[in-house]
Amino acid sequence: MIGTDEWVKAIRKDFPIFERKVNGHPLVYFDNAATTQRPHSVIEAVDQFYRTYNANVHRGVHTLAAEATEAYEMAHKKVAKFIHAKRWREIVFTRNATEALNLVAYAWGLHRLKPGDNIVTTIMEHHSNLVPWQKVAKWTGATLRVADVTEEGRLNLDHLRSLIDEHTKVVAVTSVSNTLGVVNPIPEIARWAHEVGAIVVVDGAQGVPHIPTDVQAWDVDFLAASGHKMLGPTGIGFLYGKEDLLEEMEPFLFGGEMIREVWVDRATWNELPWKFEAGTPNIAGGIGLAAAVDYLMQIGMENIEAYERELTAYALERLKEVPGIVLYGPDSAEDRVGVLSFNLGEIHPHDVASILDYHGIAIRSGHHCAQPLMRRLGMEGAARISLYFYNTKEEIDLAVEVLHKALEIFA
Amino acid sequence: MDIYLEYILDHYKNPRNYGTLENPDISHEEGNPYCGDVIRFDLKIEDNKIVDVRFSGKGCTISQAAASILTEMIKGKDLDEVKKLTKEDMLEALGIPVGPTRIKCALLGLKVLKSGLYGLKGWPGEEEEEE
Ligand SMILES: Cc1ncc(COP(=O)(O)O)c(C=O)c1O
Repeated sequence: MIGTDEWVKAIRKDFPIFERKVNGHPLVYFDNAATTQRPHSVIEAVDQFYRTYNANVHRGVHTLAAEATEAYEMAHKKVAKFIHAKRWREIVFTRNATEALNLVAYAWGLHRLKPGDNIVTTIMEHHSNLVPWQKVAKWTGATLRVADVTEEGRLNLDHLRSLIDEHTKVVAVTSVSNTLGVVNPIPEIARWAHEVGAIVVVDGAQGVPHIPTDVQAWDVDFLAASGHKMLGPTGIGFLYGKEDLLEEMEPFLFGGEMIREVWVDRATWNELPWKFEAGTPNIAGGIGLAAAVDYLMQIGMENIEAYERELTAYALERLKEVPGIVLYGPDSAEDRVGVLSFNLGEIHPHDVASILDYHGIAIRSGHHCAQPLMRRLGMEGAARISLYFYNTKEEIDLAVEVLHKALEIFA
Repeated sequence: MDIYLEYILDHYKNPRNYGTLENPDISHEEGNPYCGDVIRFDLKIEDNKIVDVRFSGKGCTISQAAASILTEMIKGKDLDEVKKLTKEDMLEALGIPVGPTRIKCALLGLKVLKSGLYGLKGWPGEEEEEE
């Protein structure tokens, strides 16, 4: 049964890292928004590639090359299925979400924008979906418009909508905030963008690992994500792009793999998605990502979402009991994932993180790569607990207990 | 929790030589971009000696306590002596086990001091590697 103690226990057995202790305590891993842990199946898929069919892809007729090529292509197909893309050609592998977002900014934004155009984004973006657009705006003469958040800590949709006009060419928005945990209504935002002929670029780094993603139903033009935040290896991420947009675009990086024919003075481009994957790709990473997607699909994203919602509601309730705690983001688990940023009285977030670490509990502290949002919320930084489906209510209880201890130390 | 010892918390809650100076000979402020901690040192110098010092800033227990302890270490000291202070001297004075995750917190004050005094780039303890 989904969500029962036995269910989570069985899942935790799949993750070798939970066998280790940290500072004498069993590891409680609450830093999943930074990166998740990897199950055996992912580690083994990478290991098996290197041990038994390691070769470069797309070049060479020998058996190993054929096997590696097939596995690497299959990885694209699995990701396509996972996010409900129409065709696997629409999946471009990148190093991470950051590179995927830069790809869109450079290869689409830089060529399409001109003075008088505007780019609409939000104050809750990770720096990776803000800074590339700042640069594109600067280089092209377009203006950047930034939608605010509400007092509750959700995206201010009225404000966002009011910023979108006939000069808007890009709406760049995150599906889930890495600081507030809120889930943004992407289908609605995509509709507003399309009404004025703009494209919508979705940062799915925090959304794709936690909620079912359907790029066709949502009608998004681009979506970026990172493998390492969804059980996969580091150094692999992907960009989804609608086929016609990817076809029309200039490549991002130039060189091997991405060309069809080359003369001394010119070249033509390879077919999708290889046109955007210049040079030898992260083959092992792609194969590991495919294993991660297999794992997630086997559990089911609906199940993951439901269990995490329950955990989030529980964490919100328990954390609220801690005297002097300030929690950021909406008060309920509705349209929210298990990203819980907070400050504990006057105690610096680093100190909160250190004290939790003494008890084996790993959390993030700092500005979470979202400095404009931090400034907007009037805070220097925050501690952040971020959950995944292998976490338990007992672990949350433990963290709450240690937060009480922290209060005693600083009393 | 060996780093939150009584005297560290005392330096944090009651920082020594805290504040700013009227007409400092040297005033320097720097932060750690990863955590947002900031420290400023104001120094009054006579005959190559630090005759007065104040620090101010914001940040975690370790960074603020270390800066407070550092002010006590350098007050009245010869500049040449201060220049010779090493990463190890600072950690020894702090007297707690600082792991790799908090080392920059512990050294921020010394970094700001050295950077203000003679333009040290980088972090104390990394000088040798850079040469
Ligand atoms: C919302 C969001 N977008 C983008 C990123 C960037 O991911 P990566 O560093 O893997 O490129 C992150 C990672 O923290 C994130 O939380």
